[in-house]
Amino acid sequence: MSTVKTLLIRQIRDLSRARAVAGYGAFMAMATWGLLHFGGGAERAMPSLATLVVLVVPLVTILITTTYLYHSGDFIELILSHPVGRRPVFLSLYVGLVTTLVGALLLGILLPFALTGFALGAVRGLGLILVAAALLTAVFTSLGFLVAFKVDDPARGNGVALLLWLTMGVLYDGVVLYAAYRFAAYPLETPMLVLMGLNPVDVARVVVVMALDASAMMGYTGAVFQEFFGGASGIALALGCLTLWVALPGLAALRTFVRKDF
Amino acid sequence: MSEVGTKSPAVRVRSLTKAFGPLVVLDNVSLDFEGGRVAALLGPNGAGKTTLLKAVLGLVRPDEGSVLIDQTAIDSVGRYRESVGFMPQLPRFPSHMTGHELAAMLDSLRGFQGSADEELIDAFDLRDELNKPFKTLSGGTRQKVNAALAFRYATPILILDEPTAGLDPVASLALKDKVRRSRDEGRTQLITSHKLGELQALADDIVFLHEGRVQFTGSLEALLEETERSTLEEAIAELMGGVGRGGVPSSADGPAPLGGSDDRPAQSLRVIP
Repeated sequence: MSTVKTLLIRQIRDLSRARAVAGYGAFMAMATWGLLHFGGGAERAMPSLATLVVLVVPLVTILITTTYLYHSGDFIELILSHPVGRRPVFLSLYVGLVTTLVGALLLGILLPFALTGFALGAVRGLGLILVAAALLTAVFTSLGFLVAFKVDDPARGNGVALLLWLTMGVLYDGVVLYAAYRFAAYPLETPMLVLMGLNPVDVARVVVVMALDASAMMGYTGAVFQEFFGGASGIALALGCLTLWVALPGLAALRTFVRKDF
Repeated sequence: MSEVGTKSPAVRVRSLTKAFGPLVVLDNVSLDFEGGRVAALLGPNGAGKTTLLKAVLGLVRPDEGSVLIDQTAIDSVGRYRESVGFMPQLPRFPSHMTGHELAAMLDSLRGFQGSADEELIDAFDLRDELNKPFKTLSGGTRQKVNAALAFRYATPILILDEPTAGLDPVASLALKDKVRRSRDEGRTQLITSHKLGELQALADDIVFLHEGRVQFTGSLEALLEETERSTLEEAIAELMGGVGRGGVPSSADGPAPLGGSDDRPAQSLRVIP
């Protein structure tokens, strides 16, 4: 455990000084402040903030993760040449990145709320949005680890990371929409729910929609989601699904790291 | 032959094979590195020298074969690395960190509480430089820190990958003195370098690798005698020419001892099948 603690302290200190992480926090702060200032109040700004979170968090997280890991390759090699196991090194890298990125995200979102005088507890759905954002950070950190340890070439790895974000954040919805249109004559509730579960960005999107009680805006699909995810158990199921998305690629990345040649 | 040369082998490599995709980097390599001796790993670029060193460190996982340190096969947990010091080829450290911070972190990782060997810090006059972030240090100074960290824990085994690359002549001399003193203290040292002149002054034993196979193992004297050359550089050129012309004479099976033990004197050119 002392190995993890030693590396974690160093890594959080190192990452806190990284321009990319500071820039991420600053961007979220400016965007949140802008939405609160020009959006007509916290309640009306929330859907926009939720959309921003679902789009930006995966992209920034996976790119910072892969870039950081490629940049740290020599340092990881140096650490592994000392009497430490690979699992503690992986754990400290992972926890260090998630902690710093979630910290930057929370600070970026909460600071403008605090500065503009909104009572955080009174803003409906904010807590759940932040939980979804934190889980989304962990999901894309796991995916970033998997990409960085599977693909040795940094340029190719960052390309794969971008493609992964583009697929999950943008293209996947297009495919689902096309499928819904193409098979509109069939009962699609269950296939739609399964398709949503297969994409962590969609699961996070469902969580924030439910958190904001905005399913009515989504018509029939919204009604289906409201019925399935509306209760506490539905939200728990969605968060459980996101947790699974954290664990599966994370474990695959760990397996790759343990067997990797440096 | 020095007295320490008759010790049990400190590092044994058995039938080590490693391929990266279709490229076979190590092909059934078996070697014994005896305790208390300096072994030089030589060969052209891509011969497998660094991969062999990294396999000993557990940084590269062999496809087949094993590495034993003091009779014990290395494990994935890596506790055996308590007895190994490593100087990587390129001193790439986190740019924001200072040398002191890095040394403190490595001390903590090793659970090291003893008195560190800081001879090289003094020899390189590094005290002030250790308080500066690595990004402000020159490449040569970073290489000095790299060397000082490798020797810091007075480990019985030292692995030095191109140790004098980037060092000025004064620092290079200080490092070579340290290598000699470490040998006198009975430590086993594995060194790669392309500077054959300095290796001739340091190495007790020579391993010549070519395309992942051991082409020669034995003492420096044996190599010079066999090739009828007076310098290591000429002898290696002769070996490389021999390889180019279809290989050097083949002899013994099994692991190749370095430096010569009583039962298996390494006095001949050999190809390990």
